Amino acid sequence: MRLIGWAIALAAAGLTPAAAQTPASPPTQNATAAAPAAAAPQAAPPAIVPGSVGHMIPTPGIGEPDGRKGVQEQVTPIGEEAAAFHNNWLLTLCAAISILVLALLLYAIVRFRRGANPTPSRNSHNTAIEVLWTLVPVLVLVAIAIPSIRLLRHQYTPPPADLTVKVTGHQWYWSYELPDYGVSFDSYMLKEKDDPFRKANERARTDADGPPLLAADERLVIPAGKVVKFIVTADDVIHSFAVPAFWIKQDANPGQLHEAWAKVDRPGVYFGQCSELCGARHAFMPIAIEVVPPAQFAQWVASKGGTMPGTKKPAPDSTGVSPVTPAAVPAQATPQPPQPASGNAVQQPATNQAATAQN
Amino acid sequence: MSTTADALNLKPHEGHDAHHDADHKPGFFTRWFMSTNHKDIGTLYLIFSIIAGIIGGALSGIMRWELMEPGIQVLNHAWPIGAGTANFDEWTHHWNVLITAHGLIMVFFMVMPAMMGGFGNWFVPLMIGAPDMAFPRMNNISFWLLVPAFLLLLGSTFVSGGTGPGAGTGWTLYAPLSTSGSSGPSVDMVIFSLHLAGASSILGAINFITTIFNMRAPGMTLHKMPLFVWSVLVTAFLLLLALPVLAGAITMLLTDRNFETTFFDASGGGNVVLYQHLFWFFGHPEVYIMILPGFGMVSQIVATFSRKPVFGYLGMAYAMVAIGVVGFVVWAHHMFTTGMNVNEKMYFTAATMIIAVPTGVKIFSWIATMWGGSLTFETPMLWAIGFIFLFTIGGVTGVVLANGGVDNYMHDTYYVVAHFHYVLSLGAVFAIFGGFYYWFPKMSGKMYNELLGKVHFFLMFVGVNVIFFPMHFLGLDGMPRRIPDYTPAFSEWNRVATIGYMITIAGVAVFFINLFWSLAAGKKVPNNPWGEGATTLEWTLSSPPPFHQFSTLPKID
Repeated sequence: MRLIGWAIALAAAGLTPAAAQTPASPPTQNATAAAPAAAAPQAAPPAIVPGSVGHMIPTPGIGEPDGRKGVQEQVTPIGEEAAAFHNNWLLTLCAAISILVLALLLYAIVRFRRGANPTPSRNSHNTAIEVLWTLVPVLVLVAIAIPSIRLLRHQYTPPPADLTVKVTGHQWYWSYELPDYGVSFDSYMLKEKDDPFRKANERARTDADGPPLLAADERLVIPAGKVVKFIVTADDVIHSFAVPAFWIKQDANPGQLHEAWAKVDRPGVYFGQCSELCGARHAFMPIAIEVVPPAQFAQWVASKGGTMPGTKKPAPDSTGVSPVTPAAVPAQATPQPPQPASGNAVQQPATNQAATAQN
Repeated sequence: MSTTADALNLKPHEGHDAHHDADHKPGFFTRWFMSTNHKDIGTLYLIFSIIAGIIGGALSGIMRWELMEPGIQVLNHAWPIGAGTANFDEWTHHWNVLITAHGLIMVFFMVMPAMMGGFGNWFVPLMIGAPDMAFPRMNNISFWLLVPAFLLLLGSTFVSGGTGPGAGTGWTLYAPLSTSGSSGPSVDMVIFSLHLAGASSILGAINFITTIFNMRAPGMTLHKMPLFVWSVLVTAFLLLLALPVLAGAITMLLTDRNFETTFFDASGGGNVVLYQHLFWFFGHPEVYIMILPGFGMVSQIVATFSRKPVFGYLGMAYAMVAIGVVGFVVWAHHMFTTGMNVNEKMYFTAATMIIAVPTGVKIFSWIATMWGGSLTFETPMLWAIGFIFLFTIGGVTGVVLANGGVDNYMHDTYYVVAHFHYVLSLGAVFAIFGGFYYWFPKMSGKMYNELLGKVHFFLMFVGVNVIFFPMHFLGLDGMPRRIPDYTPAFSEWNRVATIGYMITIAGVAVFFINLFWSLAAGKKVPNNPWGEGATTLEWTLSSPPPFHQFSTLPKID
């Protein structure tokens, strides 16, 4: 079935499976370039302006992996508490215990080697030390358990939610729904420009979208400084909604609703990945969340055809393309040259329908 | 007790002339395919687990090869079954088949057969002064159930598993990916494979428990048993209590898949998390099943090469009992992200951390055994010392993961992969290699090559650390488990890990050279090659031991 689906999708894109196997072959490139040009007149979606709301340029090293040797920068109160607990306390204890054991082993190896100690002692009991090495670990564990339990209590006593987002995992994409705002949409991974499986009308990832495999065509946009409640579920198999920079990970169980929450003060783009094996394209259903100042959030809601609660429905789509500069976009990220408007126009797909066809 | 042993030893079975005389071994087919001899069955188990280990290790080689660079470079052509397909989902499905098969093979067909089937069968009767296991024929069935189980698992990779050939569910077989998410017969074959492997282990566990309780030599009280026997006893109880739960859970998967039950399907009133509770109620004791016999072996080895009795013997024995008992009430720490309520999470956080206490007792007791000893560093001792240190690292990261609030971040990332490979790949496997070198002279009658043994150890010590230590960094940076492709930020440490794999493979190659060289040309060894530190009963017998030992039961003072 899926093979047939792929064959249809590839055929629709003007590709043969044989051509798909050779990504660099010139005919493939021509075919991909030709198809959207023909389709452009009807589609004509608004051009993507990097830096506009929904398309904020991510800050390298924030909200995305950067090859570091520790936890990602945390931007939620829970994340800060948990990261401090981990970095300052757990990691220290881990290192101390490992070094203690290593030092004792090395000392024993040197001091009690046969050359240095030819006659072994017959000592095999010492009640005092046995009690000691039982009780001291107990005390250490209590010292871990107290902040650990406190962290759990904080995680499970969220402030009242300002905004509720329903997150649904599918094979293999996420869909987001803001029921109070009348917004709902699907979010797919953006494929690379040279990906032979990228269909002609699919927008390719640019660096302004985020790192490869993490960038999504439609980001979830949430307001900064507000408590956001995520209601997480799935409609086929188990997925897991995870955003490392928020310190949240909640399995998306079909037939169940579970909650996670985050309050993010720093505007920015934060990436996560599905974190429960969910089938073939488990690695290819990223989570991209953009945190914007509340005013821009209203703009985004309007651009998605939704309404802010308590307001009259504004004319849709009027603000979707207006370029705005988020406060947190750093200087070094801006040199990203804007794509030629025409190029963006032809690459902007009706992405959701296109990607749904694969399934 | 001793009457049972006498009866077994003195009454020949009808028609089996081989059993009349300790010096007469049966013919080849009867000896190896209809074996009732615990040492021969142990040897079969060891050979089996070596073969399974080669296959499981090769699978991890394909995975490390694929992960060496971002992108899909290997799955699209190197995997024999999927060669030439242009179906992206099939490539990535191959990945899921690799991780599933690697996990199941290493757990059920490498570590468990080596530790319980191999060393347990070989040395439990020898160490307690028994002529054989209590149920020799059941012992044979235990082994021969494992062979079709393994064939079913390997065969499952050639039939459809939904998106492509093979079961791509992960070794945990979570529903509904393993039910509605995987059509085709592949997952059914995996389930049957686990049924057979589980039955094999349950029969083996019954055999060990009966043997240890009833066939100890006169004077060998429970509190005089070598710690390896204690470890096998505790492990056998864990197997006996845990595996039926797995059998039930996967049978429910089977009926959900084929007979339209809805145990794990919310649309029919079921619950997907129920499967995880059942699985981990088995799965957590399972991780102790894989490590406890290693604890036992390390205790024997450390005592032998320290030339001292084990420090705090009773504490060591009851620490294992405590680990076994507490191991049954901590399972849901594998499920911290499933949406548990806060009280549940607090309980499982606290209960899990308690296990660190008996584990700490063991680590410190091993060091105390070395303290004041007269240490020599033959190959088995190197593996044992390596085990103690690396298991400690795996242990402290386990304490990090035990914190339900912290685990939100690490759960299902490479941090977890690093953690459980430190306790298994560097813990259990180091113990297996240590035990193998320790008992190789006893089992074969030949001495292994000490230089090659040491080269093997140091290559592998460096190799596995280079593989798995960087995985902590990957996990902390957010790399999820079970992904065939990753964002370029993860590429540096993945490349390092793959280089570590190459070093490890070189070490394993040295092991096989050593193995075959020693079997062919190793020096003959006396009863006890290890000197005054080796005090357990197996060293009183010839090397290799006679086909039937202890016709006259030894007396323990």
